[in-house]
Amino acid sequence: MLNKPVLIAFSTIVIKEVTRFTRIWVQTIIPPAISMTLYFVIFGSLIGPRIGTMNGYNYIDYIAPGIIMMSIINNSYANVVSSFFGAKFQRHIEEMLVAPIPNIIILAGFITGGLARGVLVGIVVTAVALCFTKLTIYSYFVTFAVVLMTSIVFSLGGFINAIFAKKFDDISIIPTFVLTPLIYLGGVFYSIDMLPDFWQTVSIFNPILYMVNAFRFGMLGESDINIVTAFIILIIFMMVLFLFALHLLNKGIGIKT
Amino acid sequence: MLALKIDRLVKIYSTGLTALGGIELEIKQGDFFALLGPNGAGKSTTIGIICDLINKTSGKVNVFDYDIDINSNPAKACIGIVPQEINFSLFETCLEIVLNQGGYYGISRNLALQRAEKYLKKLGLWEKRFERSRNLSGGFKRRLMIARALIHEPKMLILDEPTAGVDVELRRSMWDFLIEINKQGTTILLTTHYLEEAENLCKNIAIIDNGKIIENTSIKQLLSKLNKETFILDLVNAIHDLPQFNGFNSRLIDPNTVEVEILRENNLNEVFNEFSKHNISICSMRNKSNRLEELFLDLLNNNN
Repeated sequence: MLNKPVLIAFSTIVIKEVTRFTRIWVQTIIPPAISMTLYFVIFGSLIGPRIGTMNGYNYIDYIAPGIIMMSIINNSYANVVSSFFGAKFQRHIEEMLVAPIPNIIILAGFITGGLARGVLVGIVVTAVALCFTKLTIYSYFVTFAVVLMTSIVFSLGGFINAIFAKKFDDISIIPTFVLTPLIYLGGVFYSIDMLPDFWQTVSIFNPILYMVNAFRFGMLGESDINIVTAFIILIIFMMVLFLFALHLLNKGIGIKT
Repeated sequence: MLALKIDRLVKIYSTGLTALGGIELEIKQGDFFALLGPNGAGKSTTIGIICDLINKTSGKVNVFDYDIDINSNPAKACIGIVPQEINFSLFETCLEIVLNQGGYYGISRNLALQRAEKYLKKLGLWEKRFERSRNLSGGFKRRLMIARALIHEPKMLILDEPTAGVDVELRRSMWDFLIEINKQGTTILLTTHYLEEAENLCKNIAIIDNGKIIENTSIKQLLSKLNKETFILDLVNAIHDLPQFNGFNSRLIDPNTVEVEILRENNLNEVFNEFSKHNISICSMRNKSNRLEELFLDLLNNNN
């Protein structure tokens, strides 16, 4: 299936996606850098020293992986949802639909675009974090694998959201009312050990908890949850969302009448 | 070989609207084929199904013998589509749009660049290649869609009202271009509201109304069905009463203009003779409407 024309089509979609978000870098790259800088200033430098340590780490060191992961999640999702919905809205998605591109390649192209933006913003935010603290990496494999899988999961989420979206409001509902609360309650700023038993139990149903903690494990070697469980959950989410997105694309739901 | 074979194609939308009620259509390779019909007749739905933009309810479509259900991608590779509405990114340049489309068809960047230059030059867009598409005029946007559709040099080009809203000069130059690529072997399927366009360009024609093909023949044969033509005659001197002419119906529109309806068995000399007999001089004459337009309206009226 991966013959030369298909690879050319895939690279065309990826180049188009990367060109799109880098062309509007003031809207895509700078805002997360600014907001994450504010997180580091307020929670890291101002409030952090008053909190002291969290699970044996300075507060700023403890929250840094979560803040980096938060920016990767938000930007992977935002890139695909806005790009695919924009293509639907302006109808230039039809350029791809009329061409002999397998649907799996269209999906892979958009996901790679989301991955590219998520990773680029993650690098920018890591650079910002380095201005406030010294970051270490405990396990390169875990760190990069978690970044990769989380970015893919949320790119797929953005793709599915864009498929069902009928108006611009529909692409901001999920990030505002679902994604943001899950991220904030996903252990970015605290350890779930601090929560009462009931809320600890509730938290284990939050998939973002596993992503944040797995990434924290990759950087600090410290996690509230079992790293193997986190990987299994990430892989399951990735596969289920991928198959669902591909099914929607094959059926033409949201894009064909 | 058939470029397109449509067999009992049905499309019923989720609203319950039957857009296509089992149409049958065959287009030979190399043909310049017109699909005519009033708004909402099913033209764009047919094209949407051929190009995989609309899901069909039932029926079969073969493009150069490729069944679009079984061999969708080889079938798509044979088709270039120029849709009715603008459907490219308004933030990309003309060159990016054409090159990206080449990429989607698996064409290497170098070859796509060569072809982009060829078609953008032919369509008068080369000078505007670095302009963002949103800055183009309506006519140039349509030309850009034609260049984009040709980047993979398809065997069949489908144009859905390509000259709608385009000025006369641009329309004529687009006609010349379409005739040229048809002569080079590209099969063309055209839908249009300009019946003069279909008459001038196309060899064969199908008329669709309410999701059904009500006529499918050659332009020549269709026009041979026309049993009357209406002409407008401009008179040299004004007259106030129209004399009774033998052999044809006439009507005075204003003191200098007469409308005459001539049956196929009449010839124009008889008409001129009748006017001469009454010392009425004619300085010019023209068709009241396009011949195909008269037939088209007759067929639609009969169907309804």
